[in-house]
Amino acid sequence: MKALVWHGKEDIRCDTVTDPEIQDPRDAIIKVTSCAICGSDLHLFHNFIPGMLPGDIMGHETMGEVVEVGSGVNGKLKKGDRVVVPFTIICGECEQCKRGNFSVCETTNRKRHLADKVFGHTTAGLFGYTHLTGGYPGGQAEYLRVPFADATHIKVPAGIPDEQLLFLSDIFPTGWQAAAQCDIEPTDTVAIWGCGPVGQMAIRSAILLGANRVIAIDCLPERLSMAEAGGATTINFETESVVERLQELTDGRGPEKCIDCVGMEAHVMPSLPDTLLDRAKQMVMAESDRPHVLREMIYVCRPGGIISVPGVYSGLSDMLPMGAFMNKGLTMRTGQTHVNRWTDDLLRRIEEGEIDPSFVITHTVPLAQGPEMYQVFRDKRESCVKVVLKP
Amino acid sequence: MFHFSNIVRTKGDPEIVKGGPSLKQPADQLARALGWFSIGLGVVELFAPRRVTETLGMEGRETMVRAFGVREIMSGIMSLSVDKNAGLWTRVGGDGLDAAALLSGLTSDNPKKGNIALALLMVGGIAVLDYRAAQDTKPRRPPRDARRKLYPNRSGFPKGIESVRTAARQIAAHAKTHLKTHAETNEVKQGDERRVP
Ligand SMILES: NC(=O)c1ccc[n+]([C@@H]2O[C@H](COP(=O)([O-])OP(=O)(O)OC[C@H]3O[C@@H](n4cnc5c(N)ncnc54)[C@H](O)[C@@H]3O)[C@@H](O)[C@H]2O)c1
Ligand SMILES: [Zn+2]
Ligand SMILES: [Zn+2]
Repeated sequence: MKALVWHGKEDIRCDTVTDPEIQDPRDAIIKVTSCAICGSDLHLFHNFIPGMLPGDIMGHETMGEVVEVGSGVNGKLKKGDRVVVPFTIICGECEQCKRGNFSVCETTNRKRHLADKVFGHTTAGLFGYTHLTGGYPGGQAEYLRVPFADATHIKVPAGIPDEQLLFLSDIFPTGWQAAAQCDIEPTDTVAIWGCGPVGQMAIRSAILLGANRVIAIDCLPERLSMAEAGGATTINFETESVVERLQELTDGRGPEKCIDCVGMEAHVMPSLPDTLLDRAKQMVMAESDRPHVLREMIYVCRPGGIISVPGVYSGLSDMLPMGAFMNKGLTMRTGQTHVNRWTDDLLRRIEEGEIDPSFVITHTVPLAQGPEMYQVFRDKRESCVKVVLKP
Repeated sequence: MFHFSNIVRTKGDPEIVKGGPSLKQPADQLARALGWFSIGLGVVELFAPRRVTETLGMEGRETMVRAFGVREIMSGIMSLSVDKNAGLWTRVGGDGLDAAALLSGLTSDNPKKGNIALALLMVGGIAVLDYRAAQDTKPRRPPRDARRKLYPNRSGFPKGIESVRTAARQIAAHAKTHLKTHAETNEVKQGDERRVP
């Protein structure tokens, strides 16, 4: 089959690889009908998250049709079922899964010895996302083996196009969880850094959850225009001071809730000297992340407020203003998304026409054009916001 | 660049049968070569500056050579990173500094003039490569004033944003009255027990 394969920094190719096979009774094989490129994939494209091996298949936003099931799937799935595959692989049985903390499932990371060492405790296995989280082949391919398939799936009905359902795999529940863990109240101003696909979903989620006002921050006009279409007031951080504007918009009190949809690769620019220092340190491996957005959020957030971090950080971040964080009594909530915790509700909202997540798609291309699209998405060319690949 | 040494791919996972094309350009390979060259030269300059000054008849300038070594290493690391273009431009600038330093040593009484001339020739050649690589790896980000498609109609709410806002307000109001009646009944109860005479 064809698959997008990681060969090294900035080197992803569309290779021919052997077809996946059932390896365990709980496996299922999916024929992929649509998959997408995620901002998290860019961290791997840049080799900023360690633990990739040349030959690893990329991709964790995938949906398709079940073509084969193992004997242990026990009728939970059958041939012909239409499923979206959550990016977190879950067993459904461990203590964390039972609590709904799916992204920290204790059983599915088959290389847990690595994660135990690096993070202190293992987290769930993830598709196409380094050997720290299991080294599972990803779904930017024609076929995908889904381990623990009896639990790791979202069944979706016929009659709704792929484009509306695909993002249940990651970015829609990710934006939703980011907003939900802010405990939004009707009087709240929610500030959202980053208007990439995750930020766009977080904006819509905050509106659905009843925020009084949503303020979105980015520097790309096309993404800001999309944020505005979704109901946000926008700030362009290249031409305006984010802190000043946020203070102005909130009568000097600061937003009650702040969401980081940027993560470890915050934009580097001379007017923000901390980003230059972070980049230099990152190059000599003295720091793994560029936490500019975390610093800004802690500084500007209203005392007693909540900071929600769906943006991915990989290792060590320097110079976080813990003094402000502690004295202002802020709360920080983070995490890879507990996808299946939210998808029943979100699927219903899609079915009822409350939201149509396909608004974010700007490019749909055949899988073989994937390598070019990684570059286009990374370089923010062609007003690209979200890329869907068709195997 | 960094791999945990004990990682191996799990048996049974798909393996490459036939590789597809790589999008790496010759300029990327050149940038890589120049990056490693920069680091190599930098290490020599940093740790064996006397070897360099003696060859050039410029004894006494070791500190400067060391500083140039640090610069070479930094440009090298940058040229190997995703910001290779910035790294290559710092190399072009560095070539200028190298040439200026060499010219300052090109005095009539320097017995190693020949070596300096040779070194200048080399710097010139490398500078051409640096410049070429820097030109060819220009980031392909669109310029800030580039014409862009905007998406003012992509709200994502098929029933319109106002209907979503109204629904959210209704839910909030409902929750509030719900909470209030709860609070009130509680208050009445407590009042009955404690406050009402
Ligand atoms: N928690 C999860 O489960 C989860 C799931 C998916 C993605 N993610 C992470 O979410 C983040 C965003 O993903 P995406 O797909 O939207 O990526 P993206 O790269 O398309 O979007 C990032 C956006 O942030 C903007 N940005 C950069 N610096 C900024 C700054 N200083 N202030 C404001 N905006 C800035 C960029 O211009 C860009 O538009 C990534 O880190 C990704 O790894 C997390
Ligand atoms: Zn993702
Ligand atoms: Zn589990």
